[in-house]
Amino acid sequence: MSGNMNLTLKVWRQQSLNAPGKLVDYKVKDISEDMSFLEMFDVLNEELITKGDEPIAFDHDCREGICGSCSMHINGRPHGPLKGVTTCQLHMRSFKDGDTIVVEPWRANAFPVIKDLSVDRSAFDRIIGSGGYISVNTGNAQDANSLPIPKDDADEAFMSAACIGCGACVAACVNSSAMLFVSAKVSQLSLLPQGKPETDQRVLAMVNQMDTEGFGACSNTGACTAECPKEISQGNIARMNRLYLAASLGGK
Amino acid sequence: MSKLDSKIPEGSIEQKWTKYKSTVSLVNPSNKRNLEILVVGSGLAGASAAASLAELGYKVKCYCFQDSPRRAHSIAAQGGINAAKNYQNDGDSVYRLFYDTVKGGDYRSREGNVYRLAEISPNIIDQCVAQGVPFAREYGGMLSNRSFGGTQVQRTFYAAGQTGQQLLLGAYSALERQIGMGNVTMYSRHEMLDVVVIDEKARGIIVRNLITGAIERHFGHAVVLCTGGYGNVFYLSTNAMGCNVTAAWKAHKRGAFMANPCFTQNQPTCIPVSGDHQSKLTLMSESLRNDGRIWVPKVQGDTRKPTDIPEEERDYYLERRYPAFGNLVPRDVASRAAKERCDAGYGVGTSKMAVYLDFKYNMMRYGRVEAIKNNNPNADDETILSLGKEVVKEKYGNLFDMYKQITGENPYETPMRIYPAVHYTMGGLWVDYNLMTTVNGLYSLGESNFSDHGANRLGASALMQGLADGYFVIPYTIGSYLSNEIMTKPISTDHEAFVEAENKVKANINALLNIKGTRSVDYFHKRLGKIMWDKCGMARNAEGLNSAIKDIRALKDEFWKDVRVPGFNEEFNPELEKASRVADFMELGELMCIDALNRDESCGGHFREEFQTEDGEALRDDENFAYVAAWENKGNGWDLHKEELKFENIKIANRSYK
Repeated sequence: MSGNMNLTLKVWRQQSLNAPGKLVDYKVKDISEDMSFLEMFDVLNEELITKGDEPIAFDHDCREGICGSCSMHINGRPHGPLKGVTTCQLHMRSFKDGDTIVVEPWRANAFPVIKDLSVDRSAFDRIIGSGGYISVNTGNAQDANSLPIPKDDADEAFMSAACIGCGACVAACVNSSAMLFVSAKVSQLSLLPQGKPETDQRVLAMVNQMDTEGFGACSNTGACTAECPKEISQGNIARMNRLYLAASLGGK
Repeated sequence: MSKLDSKIPEGSIEQKWTKYKSTVSLVNPSNKRNLEILVVGSGLAGASAAASLAELGYKVKCYCFQDSPRRAHSIAAQGGINAAKNYQNDGDSVYRLFYDTVKGGDYRSREGNVYRLAEISPNIIDQCVAQGVPFAREYGGMLSNRSFGGTQVQRTFYAAGQTGQQLLLGAYSALERQIGMGNVTMYSRHEMLDVVVIDEKARGIIVRNLITGAIERHFGHAVVLCTGGYGNVFYLSTNAMGCNVTAAWKAHKRGAFMANPCFTQNQPTCIPVSGDHQSKLTLMSESLRNDGRIWVPKVQGDTRKPTDIPEEERDYYLERRYPAFGNLVPRDVASRAAKERCDAGYGVGTSKMAVYLDFKYNMMRYGRVEAIKNNNPNADDETILSLGKEVVKEKYGNLFDMYKQITGENPYETPMRIYPAVHYTMGGLWVDYNLMTTVNGLYSLGESNFSDHGANRLGASALMQGLADGYFVIPYTIGSYLSNEIMTKPISTDHEAFVEAENKVKANINALLNIKGTRSVDYFHKRLGKIMWDKCGMARNAEGLNSAIKDIRALKDEFWKDVRVPGFNEEFNPELEKASRVADFMELGELMCIDALNRDESCGGHFREEFQTEDGEALRDDENFAYVAAWENKGNGWDLHKEELKFENIKIANRSYK
């Protein structure tokens, strides 16, 4: 069963990090509007393989918008035209027959291209490893209800914790800043009483690691929040700036 | 090696684990520093194991095929995690969780393991809260609970519809902390392709660097597989695209027995298949069954819009058949009931292979409560409904959004259409009480082992098991083995066993690349999935299974003659990764059918059409099949080993949810 949409794709092809890359044109036919954007790529890849061409490499895994693997820059926007949606949850009903769609990888110095649309986002892991945690070894915990947490604080921490680490915020930013990603984790942990004792060292270490990885500064354009598939609030950045300032001055 | 010894400690069920922990051999801190452990997989089981073992002082290496350990498929678990906290004062206890799990598994799991799981469950919630996992809370600041299938208490902890994500990010942060401290070396985008066994002990693994294609040898004093389930053997499932059986299967071919591989679970609340292009199926959390009522029209082939069908013309078939549990019967029961209605011609939607999950009744119920809270007890129905929608939105908002995104329909206005889909595999590597497989020093945790869920897993128990195994079981049990290994010096990876394993891996890759056939890997994978779904799916029979075995063998021959794997090894090559995984799925698929054919009974997710009661319920045969079927790979076939299941604390009984 197939549909009736015919599309032109301009897809970034790059064999490896140091190889030159370019946009290559592909025609895809009989696309159904119920397909996801990645399923449309499956159709194209199937055709390329059958013809003896090299399929397009792209990252994807859960295909339900939660693992954060997919990372396509579609018509100039991370994860495409819809608000609050990852590439894997973008469906072809958001496009029209005859459309031309440009697909590129995330663009940022801190996210080097691996191949085609696939990039290396391990910088995010190193930022978490520098302080994005609460230092508690297994077995040290007290009873979970011995520490009541106001519902509003828990809910706000949850909103920040919804980040999937996809990197769309970096890809959307003119400065390739990772402030939204970093501030979401800093916020989640500093909003909760368990995370408060380490707030100062956490924010200093994570910001330091973010700078070391080569992410840019924040100039408050708000593109990160606008393109974030989980709609993480820009308020997290303001909170992190306050916490960073307080920590830098050595007081609270 | 052929004798199965479950190594369940002596003593009363309440004392087994306590006594075990107090008497198990320990490794002193200075020796731990010299012992290396390889953890394969970074989901809930893998991340929690790697972090906890590193905290204890072991040298740990951790591997995942994803680009980051945070992306393991545990992230996609939605509904919740069970724990016997009894915070709701509704009669829960360790014993009741243990009982519910054994009964839910249709009396095909091991009492000792399940009791330990229930006993550990409260500690998991404590640990996660301490890590900053933002569970749902009540206004008083206390943790909130909800109900899941197969239970009559509220013991499920949750974080909206993203519980797996929040738990995994907790375990991931613990893992990253150890990585940051230099106690764990992380290998992302690395896939395990063989286990190295020396003198009958697991001593290392062979991995492929998925970016460069380099084949690497890694030594470890022990190897811990936390590599998830094999639901993707069906091609379409709720599993992530990359989920695979390869690590477990390579271990199986090196001597680890595979247990109950035919026990697979269909989750009743998935979005139905919409077309041939479909690459995966999406789950709508079981937690929705708390507030959604499942129905089909009372007449066959009713084409009216669901909102136009009046109440008296709807068949709430779960409430009708199972009044005691209603919409919250276990997954296997709910899935079969949906299939029964659709097969009988009552299905809805364009494919007629779907049933309705309707929230209106409970939206009205919540709306009335809100109206009273707002001092507006006489509100009209429209106001009540809109108040109710807000309550439902807070509980399940992300799931409703996802449904709308995928189907283009608004579930706040019209019922969801749902149908069962492959979701979880209860079968897996056979392990003893220590979680060790039949290969010494080779462990299996989480979904990759078989141990705790019998023939059917209850909802919100997978997260519990993964974290129990990783945080609280393996840190103790691995000591009983490693305390005897403190004199073992690291073995050089030039050892002939490493060379042999690496050569085998390389030969397999070259063979796949050199077929240069005409069909893509997906083409074969889809065909395998269809055979498995049609003949080894929600209902099986001997005739179908026999023909499936023949079909799979023929398909396997065709695959090895005609698959086309483009590119080469020394590059990022996702098609090559898929090809090697599908090759293993073919072999597994055959064993699943053999196992299903051997088990002449129906239990849990394994429903043999020949064995059912008059009203269509599963008919167990406790006299002949109260055992774990553990299969030993003999190269050209399998030998069956049986571990008899003894029920000393729970009376084995007819499993009724009526």
